[in-house]
Amino acid sequence: MSGAPLLSVRDLVVEFATEQGVVRAVDRVSFDVHRNETLGIVGESGCGKTVTGLAILGLIPSPPGRIAGGSILLEGRELVGLPESQLRGIRGRDIAMVFQEPMTALNPVFTVGSQMTDVLRRYRGLTQRQARGAAIELLAKVGIPAPEKRIDEYPHQLSGGMRQRVVIAMALSCDPKLIVADEPTTALDVTTQAQVLEQIVKLQQEFHMAMVLVTHDLGVVAETCHRAIVMYCGRIAEKAEIGPLFAHPRHPYTVGLLESIPRVGEHEKEDLAVIPGMVPDLLHLPPGCRFADRCMRRQPLCDESLPELDGDDSARSRVACYHPF
Amino acid sequence: MALLEVKELTKHFPVRGGLLRRVVAQVKAVDGVSFSLEAGRTLGLVGESGCGKSTLGRAILQLQRPTSGQVILEGEDLVRTSPRRLLEMRREMQIIFQDPFASLSPRRTVAQTIREPLEVHRIGTPAERNAKVEELLQVVGMRPAVMDRYPHEFSGGQRQRIGIARALALNPKLIVADEPVSALDVSVRAQVLNLIARLQRERGISFLFISHDLSVVEHVSDHVGVMYLGKLVELAPAHEIYRDPRHPYTQALLSAVPVPDPKRKSRRMVLTGDVPSPMDPPPGCPFHKRCPKVMDVCSKVVPPVLDVGAAGRPHRVACHLYA
Repeated sequence: MSGAPLLSVRDLVVEFATEQGVVRAVDRVSFDVHRNETLGIVGESGCGKTVTGLAILGLIPSPPGRIAGGSILLEGRELVGLPESQLRGIRGRDIAMVFQEPMTALNPVFTVGSQMTDVLRRYRGLTQRQARGAAIELLAKVGIPAPEKRIDEYPHQLSGGMRQRVVIAMALSCDPKLIVADEPTTALDVTTQAQVLEQIVKLQQEFHMAMVLVTHDLGVVAETCHRAIVMYCGRIAEKAEIGPLFAHPRHPYTVGLLESIPRVGEHEKEDLAVIPGMVPDLLHLPPGCRFADRCMRRQPLCDESLPELDGDDSARSRVACYHPF
Repeated sequence: MALLEVKELTKHFPVRGGLLRRVVAQVKAVDGVSFSLEAGRTLGLVGESGCGKSTLGRAILQLQRPTSGQVILEGEDLVRTSPRRLLEMRREMQIIFQDPFASLSPRRTVAQTIREPLEVHRIGTPAERNAKVEELLQVVGMRPAVMDRYPHEFSGGQRQRIGIARALALNPKLIVADEPVSALDVSVRAQVLNLIARLQRERGISFLFISHDLSVVEHVSDHVGVMYLGKLVELAPAHEIYRDPRHPYTQALLSAVPVPDPKRKSRRMVLTGDVPSPMDPPPGCPFHKRCPKVMDVCSKVVPPVLDVGAAGRPHRVACHLYA
């Protein structure tokens, strides 16, 4: 990737105050997103992937949460610390979002059309008539059949896959520079997921957008992303281009994750490889590597200090591990 | 002899509407499903939301009484048996639910939860029951010391182990596992899948394994059935159905699974449209409106179930392509 990144996240720290103490959900996470690229953030529940996405959008619920450190630069402009009024202008116009459950993003009492034209009139200054035309065009772009009919329907009249398409169409309506999509296809059935993923890849290329795709599914990452970061317990374990990430995963956690997925077409009723143990409690983190307890390559050093990512971003693959593959 | 034989099983739900709440339609959630399951084997059941796979599991266990058809467990038809006999038969069949957060009572300790089936069926003395609870916890890989703790103290994977221990308490011959690992993270999912495979090997339990996740089903199953709109459209040995799927729906379903290998992109068969409402299924083949290989006959005639397998290895498919 050349040129200045569109989005640059540096040493991001997000903390939540809980009754038991302060939980650091995201701990010094850094990454860039370039124009025309999809970056995957992948990991299991509680690894901080969703919180990272919310931080980019300035949507960390506060209290109890807060961005406790680091910076988020969009085209060089600092987003951390901006007042809500300015963030609101950036959300929707520059950064759009797509969440897992489309019904949370749609208002059940308004038609698809009125929700879309609202946005188009407000942000793009179109007249009602122009906005309606633009909305129909967008619905067609995301693959909704008979958009001129669907535009007058209410969200409940649409299937789950259609609703998510409508949400994607709304996200696209202001020509955003960046889309943050959090598990956009997780609530959908496999055949619908395939349709929506294919659409997302097509639109990303067509609109030359940058996208951050948050998911737990390594299969989705392999099919849609250019680069990915693997998170574990609030930290980046591995950051790599998709090719090397899947061909030569280096972090023992990434290796374990890939091995523990049963794959279609490789039928064997033998035991799956397993990552033993559980994710540590974020309130009682060990001083060393957070994966050490479950790791097959653990050495004394791993329990002493936290490994940082090796090399720099010019490398195709970076890993935070003292004994990587 | 098969442990379980399901014949032409049907479960319809009435849809009421209008001022008088009259029955205006029937949802054919399960529509004439037949299969058999040998002792110590696993049948995987896959399909998308609303295809009827969970209803089928519940209708087999008589948690929802079937509309018609037979469910024969060890030679006895559960649909027609007396309520008293059915209660006795329930010892032989158990269920594991999807959501380990909803299926355990938050106010009961682990021991109380696992002990309950023994109490319901009046098996053993209190001391024997406690010994059984300890044994079961060890079987599912948990320390007996956790007996007096409550569900909220455990992670999702551990809760699912508790649910499995409860299902094992009566030494059942059949366990219906309804999406047992869908709520779990990948690394924990593998642990629970291995546990289920081990139980089947060591205890000879038959599983009906219901899941929307084809890769998980393949891993645990001997046979796989694919459901669409209440019907079993294909049923074959697991390795065969994945290597050589015959029904166009199975083919589409398999090709839609995202593969964690960026080099294996796009041999995908993307379906158009959505699953039709089971309240108003299309005539003929239920899949014909989305089928890429649709023919004239498909919209008119319900496809017969054909055996396209080699001799002695039945591979059933309900599709006109093979007629």
